[in-house]
Amino acid sequence: MLNTYVVYVENKPGVLTRVASLFRRRAFNIDSLTVGRTEKPEVSRMTITVDADDDQAKRIEANLYKLVNVLLVENISHQPAIVRDLAMIKVAATHDARSHVLELASVFRARVVDLSPESLTIEITGAEDKIDGLLEVLRPYGVIEMVRTGIVAMRRGNSPSPKTVGPDDREVAGNDVSYSV
Amino acid sequence: MADKTARKSMTGANILWECIEREGVKHVFGYPGGAILPAYDALKNSKIHHVLVRHEQGATHMADGYARASGRVGVAVATSGPGATNMVTGIATAMLDSSPIVCITGQVGSKLIGSDAFQETDITGVTLPITKHNYLVTHASEVARTIREAFYVARSGRPGPVLVDITKDAQQTTCEFDWEAARPQLPGYRPDLSPEQKEYEKALQLIHNSKRPVILAGHGIILSGAMQQVRDFAERAGIPVALTLLGIGAFPAAHPLNLGMMGMHGEAWVNHTIQESDLLLAFGMRFDDRVTGNLKAYAPGAKKIQIEIDPAEINKNVKVDVPLVGDLREVLEELLPHVESIDRSEWLDSIDKLKGDAAVRDIQNLPDSGHLYAAHVINDLWRETRDGDTVVVTDVGQHQMWEAQYYKHEKPRSLITSGGLGTMGFALPAAIGAKVARPEAEVWVVVGDGGFQMTLCELATIVQEKLKIHIAIINNGFLGMVRQWQEFFYDRNYQATPLLNPDFAKLAEAYGIRSMNITERAQVVPGVREARKHDGPVLLNFRVEQEDSVYPMVAAGAGLHEMIRRPSKIVETAADE
Repeated sequence: MLNTYVVYVENKPGVLTRVASLFRRRAFNIDSLTVGRTEKPEVSRMTITVDADDDQAKRIEANLYKLVNVLLVENISHQPAIVRDLAMIKVAATHDARSHVLELASVFRARVVDLSPESLTIEITGAEDKIDGLLEVLRPYGVIEMVRTGIVAMRRGNSPSPKTVGPDDREVAGNDVSYSV
Repeated sequence: MADKTARKSMTGANILWECIEREGVKHVFGYPGGAILPAYDALKNSKIHHVLVRHEQGATHMADGYARASGRVGVAVATSGPGATNMVTGIATAMLDSSPIVCITGQVGSKLIGSDAFQETDITGVTLPITKHNYLVTHASEVARTIREAFYVARSGRPGPVLVDITKDAQQTTCEFDWEAARPQLPGYRPDLSPEQKEYEKALQLIHNSKRPVILAGHGIILSGAMQQVRDFAERAGIPVALTLLGIGAFPAAHPLNLGMMGMHGEAWVNHTIQESDLLLAFGMRFDDRVTGNLKAYAPGAKKIQIEIDPAEINKNVKVDVPLVGDLREVLEELLPHVESIDRSEWLDSIDKLKGDAAVRDIQNLPDSGHLYAAHVINDLWRETRDGDTVVVTDVGQHQMWEAQYYKHEKPRSLITSGGLGTMGFALPAAIGAKVARPEAEVWVVVGDGGFQMTLCELATIVQEKLKIHIAIINNGFLGMVRQWQEFFYDRNYQATPLLNPDFAKLAEAYGIRSMNITERAQVVPGVREARKHDGPVLLNFRVEQEDSVYPMVAAGAGLHEMIRRPSKIVETAADE
């Protein structure tokens, strides 16, 4: 099954390579990986989806924790969570087709962000299957170009936040996590 | 040493040695070059003794041997580019065997990085998957904290290699040095995990209900320093102990509960005991494919408890019923008071019956037919050196397995060998590291004629450092273990395994090392005695039987109980010594 991890890492050069390299060398298949800033400048946040069974999923978590720069790993696959993907889709839409395409976009609550005589560019945010759905109905008109960000995810309600080290808070190591299989 | 609170202005190179010294290091193994020259220049201000190696691979194996012999962090130093890439094999060796080493490499100036400058290699990129962690340091101000973190990461938790790549300008420029302020900052690093209470309770229940338990003793016992706890545990619960290759020495060979080595070349009774067991207690071992054989057929009736410091090892190869993630010594200390003393004499008696069928005796009882068998050499070496503080350092191949079978180790850190990576060429440099770490110990290299030639340039290092190291070449004129596989599985097609060797005795003489050729069994003991008496290194070239094989053998992919045995089995007569 598809597992979704939220991974907090130190915002340092090379950390993305370390994470990606781990998945490659342990032969875990990444389905999607996104990375970006968080509310703390010293922390980056990744959302990673991986196809793995339950045992593998636990080993992925344990292996992520072995990376010194990884601060916190949460497998949110079984948690209530908001999961979003963003896509921009450029559709062939000449005069005749344009109104149909605009209608479809509005049904999916997508926005038109660019218009040219030959095409329309639609921006859509949502769960992956919603985007897949829009894509399906647009395909007959001719999808010229498409880009998707990969998913970002956040747990609903309260979620743990990573322990970090500021200049006045010098910790040797964060030993607050107990690991149990 | 300087006042620890004082701040002073120092170059990155001086800070480097100051920090390494403060980490308790007295010896480093290295090879200079352009990008590390500022650090070498600053060595004159340091009390550290630098051992000049002949190849950077040797430096890493020496640091590794130093770490394994002493339990302290070993340090290797090299320049950028080829110096750094030559370290790769040694780093991977240390990674697979959880050996704490710190590798310092020079790097081109920070402004040149990415320009394919002379001797530039992205060594942090190259070593990313084979280090526990690595660093690129581009400012002098980062040197102190990075070195402190490197040592801390290397030795804590599950130990491993850490590489620190320091640009030339970071070595040359000056900054304030403040040891106290440079404390490690590793918010994500978790070396000290401990199991939950309910896991302990589950483990105790399994232990108390078991009728046929066996302890699988691994390298983690030695790394954790849990020898006494394992002994107490085994004795109190009456549980026999099987050893992995790297677990040899973790439990005394002469102890009545000791079974010996398990796995691909383990004795038949050990493997049968594991297969028939109803509970495996894995102590600091990771169910390597060389000890399990075919996983589907592995210990089918056994529950499994694994005490392991690295959570990523849990359920990797073998699914365990109760994982206890934490430091082995601490976990055993927690368990011990609750372990009930149970009479398991029935189980132990049934194992004793299996011991009649012993492969070691097949060869020990061979009559002296003029042939020299490697097993005889190693067994005689053991008899001669067993009472002293002896460290045997082996290479990889047949001689390594014979050593494991015929040399009986009573103490931890008395066998040093490359297990996980199986690195040929490991023995000679690792022995140098071991001798530097423990100068009072008697160090023997047991090495094949193939592996010896991979790193024999380090003979010069032995001579230059005036080290009394004994080298026993088990010379069969073949890449013996590969030849054995060809004999068993490739229809005796000996492709690329016969070796045309140099005259090893003359070679040793060229380095100024005393040497002996030994071709008969009667010469073995006198040869060993003479070597021990000689004031300096000695190379003994044992010309052994060419096409002998290591038995028993579990073929790759076979079940652990399916062993290939020595053909024309000798009838057992004498006792096992």
